[in-house]
Amino acid sequence: MSRRRASIKEVRGEVALFRRRALTGFALILLGLAGVCVRYVYLQVLHHDEFVVRSDQNRVKPRAIPPARGLIYDRNGVLLADNVPAFRLEVTPEQVTDMDRMLADLGQVVPLSDEDIASFKKQVKQSRRFEGVPLKLKLNEDEIGRFAVNRWRFPGVDVVPYLTRRYPMGAQMAHVIGYVSRIDAEDLEAMDEEEEASYKGTTHIGRIGIERYYEKLLHGEPGYELVEVNADGRTQAVLDTTPPTPGKNIYLSIDVRLQKAAEEAMNGRAGAAIAIDPRNGQVLAFASEPSFDPNLFVNGISSADYKALTTAPDKPLYNRALRGVYPPGSTVKPFLALGGLALGIRRPSDTVLSTGEFCIPGQSRCYRDDKRGGDGTVNLQRAIEKSTNTYFYRLALDMGIDRLSAWMSRFGFGQKTGIDLVGEVEGILPSREWKATRSKNGWYPGETIIAGIGQGYWAVTPLQLAHATATFAGHGIPYKPHFLLDTQDGVDSPRVRQSFPPTGPSLVKKAADWDAVDEGMIAVINGEGTGKGLGKGFPYVIAGKSGTAERFSRTTNAYNENKNTAYLASRHRALFIAYTPAEDPRIAVAVVLEAGAWGAKDSGPIARKILDQWVVDEGGARPEDPSPTDIVTSDALPEAAPSGENPAQGDDSGEEPAQ
Amino acid sequence: MIRNLTVRMRRFGMRLLSRPRLDLPLLLALVVLACAGLATLYSAGGGNYSLVGGQAARFALGGVLLLIISRIPPPVLRSWTPWLYMGSTALLVVVAVLGEGRGAYRWLDLGVMRFQPSELLKLTMPMMVAWYLHPRQLPPSWKDIVVVGLLIAVPAGLIAEQPDLGTALLVAGAGAFALFLSGMAWWRIGLLVGGVAAAVPVAWQFLHEYQRNRVRTMFDPESDPLGNGWHIIQSKIAVGSGGVFGKGWQHGTQSRLDFLPEHTTDFIFAVFSEEFGLVGVVAIMLLYAFIIGRCLWIAMNARDTYSRLLAGAIGMSFFVYVAVNGGMVAGILPVVGVPMPLVSYGGTSAVSLLTGFGVLMSIHANRKLHD
Repeated sequence: MSRRRASIKEVRGEVALFRRRALTGFALILLGLAGVCVRYVYLQVLHHDEFVVRSDQNRVKPRAIPPARGLIYDRNGVLLADNVPAFRLEVTPEQVTDMDRMLADLGQVVPLSDEDIASFKKQVKQSRRFEGVPLKLKLNEDEIGRFAVNRWRFPGVDVVPYLTRRYPMGAQMAHVIGYVSRIDAEDLEAMDEEEEASYKGTTHIGRIGIERYYEKLLHGEPGYELVEVNADGRTQAVLDTTPPTPGKNIYLSIDVRLQKAAEEAMNGRAGAAIAIDPRNGQVLAFASEPSFDPNLFVNGISSADYKALTTAPDKPLYNRALRGVYPPGSTVKPFLALGGLALGIRRPSDTVLSTGEFCIPGQSRCYRDDKRGGDGTVNLQRAIEKSTNTYFYRLALDMGIDRLSAWMSRFGFGQKTGIDLVGEVEGILPSREWKATRSKNGWYPGETIIAGIGQGYWAVTPLQLAHATATFAGHGIPYKPHFLLDTQDGVDSPRVRQSFPPTGPSLVKKAADWDAVDEGMIAVINGEGTGKGLGKGFPYVIAGKSGTAERFSRTTNAYNENKNTAYLASRHRALFIAYTPAEDPRIAVAVVLEAGAWGAKDSGPIARKILDQWVVDEGGARPEDPSPTDIVTSDALPEAAPSGENPAQGDDSGEEPAQ
Repeated sequence: MIRNLTVRMRRFGMRLLSRPRLDLPLLLALVVLACAGLATLYSAGGGNYSLVGGQAARFALGGVLLLIISRIPPPVLRSWTPWLYMGSTALLVVVAVLGEGRGAYRWLDLGVMRFQPSELLKLTMPMMVAWYLHPRQLPPSWKDIVVVGLLIAVPAGLIAEQPDLGTALLVAGAGAFALFLSGMAWWRIGLLVGGVAAAVPVAWQFLHEYQRNRVRTMFDPESDPLGNGWHIIQSKIAVGSGGVFGKGWQHGTQSRLDFLPEHTTDFIFAVFSEEFGLVGVVAIMLLYAFIIGRCLWIAMNARDTYSRLLAGAIGMSFFVYVAVNGGMVAGILPVVGVPMPLVSYGGTSAVSLLTGFGVLMSIHANRKLHD
């Protein structure tokens, strides 16, 4: 049927119709294709520049190259903080099929702590799947070896090299250098945008000590490389590199030999020993005992280690030299004596009669001398030598608290020394103003009296004491104590000396004043003073002053007859300050023992050992140490007080006049 | 004996030349296009030879089918047409039944290979429309138009339901082009197009949510830069950053670095535009235009109505591929799964396209020799 109908179709007209339609259709198609081309012209010509930018934004990303941290040396170039290659285990999550099982299996090969795993899992959540996440830092050789043998079992787990901070001196320098540790969220929050950019790619930041204070010097500036990344963010190629600027190397004024001697002399007893060059304020030794191993903190301290450090009764993390406050006891006497001369209240020859008791006229409350019966008639030199309380009670009373505290503040008491460490405390310099912030009661004259012997409200840091001693030893010229000696751009560059000029004019008005006090302090060690014997065998004349402060207020006015050293040590702070050579001092030392029976007996030998090492460092022969019997035991001399010498050199103190 | 043989060979050669079975200009254009496609694929696939090899194998298979079909005279094809049409439509129904409740389901697993029955319709549809109109008086009457409309609507509806909007568009387009070429009166076309335009809001109701989203993001791709808009934005960046002369072969960063999704298949033309620039785009558009024009030329010289309509419809539906894919890559048409013919990797589209050109070659071989 269809065939029949086809035969009657009008074929010629249909062909013509088709031809017209085909041509029309083709024309429309050309129009359509032209329309598509117009769109491509729009994108590829008119908006080309814009899309080029967007294409580059897609693929080109800057990536930070962290700078190498500056190294830290002592003054003689001994390395104190180093960057060493280490190895860590890294896991690439996308290559691990069963994470928990892998971790369990891996734990059989390389011990993994719960913290390792917990912090790893936290980081995995914050990272991209193909980025390696550190699982365990600082592998030891044994672990690397065992993992290498079993590596085939753990696809996606790698041993990766990195640079980590190492402190070769360990605990010895911990309280000076401090440590770096991993940058955490809080650090980042505290940074402004610019700082944050400069820490791109850096994993560690100075946490305490020099590492923290000179963070800016040590850190350096990161470099950048422009990398081409794919849509997943994976790096394909490096297009351009701007190398990082490494941090500056730092040379500290510390002499590790002196530091070591100080630490060894402390022999594990809680306290601090500081040596400062009085001519410039450079800190030569800065020991705070006990100490800790800063290397523990660098790659994240384990909670067991941290707990051990924080719960230890002698608090090894506590920087006693910088932050510990102690009553200075008799160590304030030389400074006060100089004040008396400078203010014109005393002449060196003025004498005071010490009877063993000093009473304020019109009051029943009396203040004791160290020795029953007193030291008799004493002038300034003798008062320092014998540490005669009565002389200083009277001097303090004559000065009055306002002049006393104003004068003592010039030596840096009651304020931060400004040393280049973070966390320094101010201590307490007794003054009317200070008391007003604490109590509504006014100032009592009795408080002035005990302030004169370094008791009462007094609280000083070992650093303040060392600083004051150095300031006096340097003929009164004050310098800010500091560790920074030199900086250096790279190991081959020259060391650049940092300038720390005096912070003010000399506190000494007349050389004779200084000489008088100096004489007194020389006599402490070389005369009949509390430190008798400490200068034996030493090539230079040592000047010094001991101090034995009480930890607790006295409850009775009775003399304590208990001479047991351990018992006394539990009640006393033993302090000692010294400098040498006495006529033109080149080193000043302060030693504070938290628990020592007597300043001279316990702290004195420590100061002497530091000075011995200093002589060796200066090129001299090691002086022969005085034998223990050479050193006088207490501030009261045995031959002078054969029976019942009294405990505290620093005396009564603490207890305030009846309120 | 030998002379005898050479004489016979020469005679055979003369016959081939005087009445070649294959249209050489069309064949040449297809080969050039296929080569451009393979080169782009090599670059888009990141120098992956197995990808290029697989595509070349498809071209080879398509080429063989082209040669075989070019040997089948159009009347034979015409006699098979109703069975082919019904068979392929039946397979669509099978797919629809098997795919019940399985989301987008387009494939039929034959064990050896999987194929999409909808691909068959791209060819059987224009064949069927041509078959129906072949014996009728043209231009077609309303009745014929309605019948053709039903022939188009049933399979196209089934394909759209899968859902595969792109293929449904191509299939319906191929049928509609045959109807257009048959001389359907302009006023009727106008009426029909008006009716379809009026039906768009209704059709919107039947679109899947993901298809609606694709249309929405087409108009404002930046509104969803990480979701549906990502394809279009990255594609536009690729095209636009190519500029006039392109970034050079294998230097297109958008594809090499995986920013451009589906850069070997639906979006391969973005790679081409990025690497060869506007110059390449215009060149390839001219090539496509030449192929379409050549198809229409073959259609105009065809022996009968069936051949004319079939050849014309195949040629014109080629345009739908190019325009829809090119417009999609440039961000002026929604993202529907239409490949750039002979350039996009994979699918059965390369095979079905070359099969269609086989039909054209057959029509060309059996053209009328003089008007």
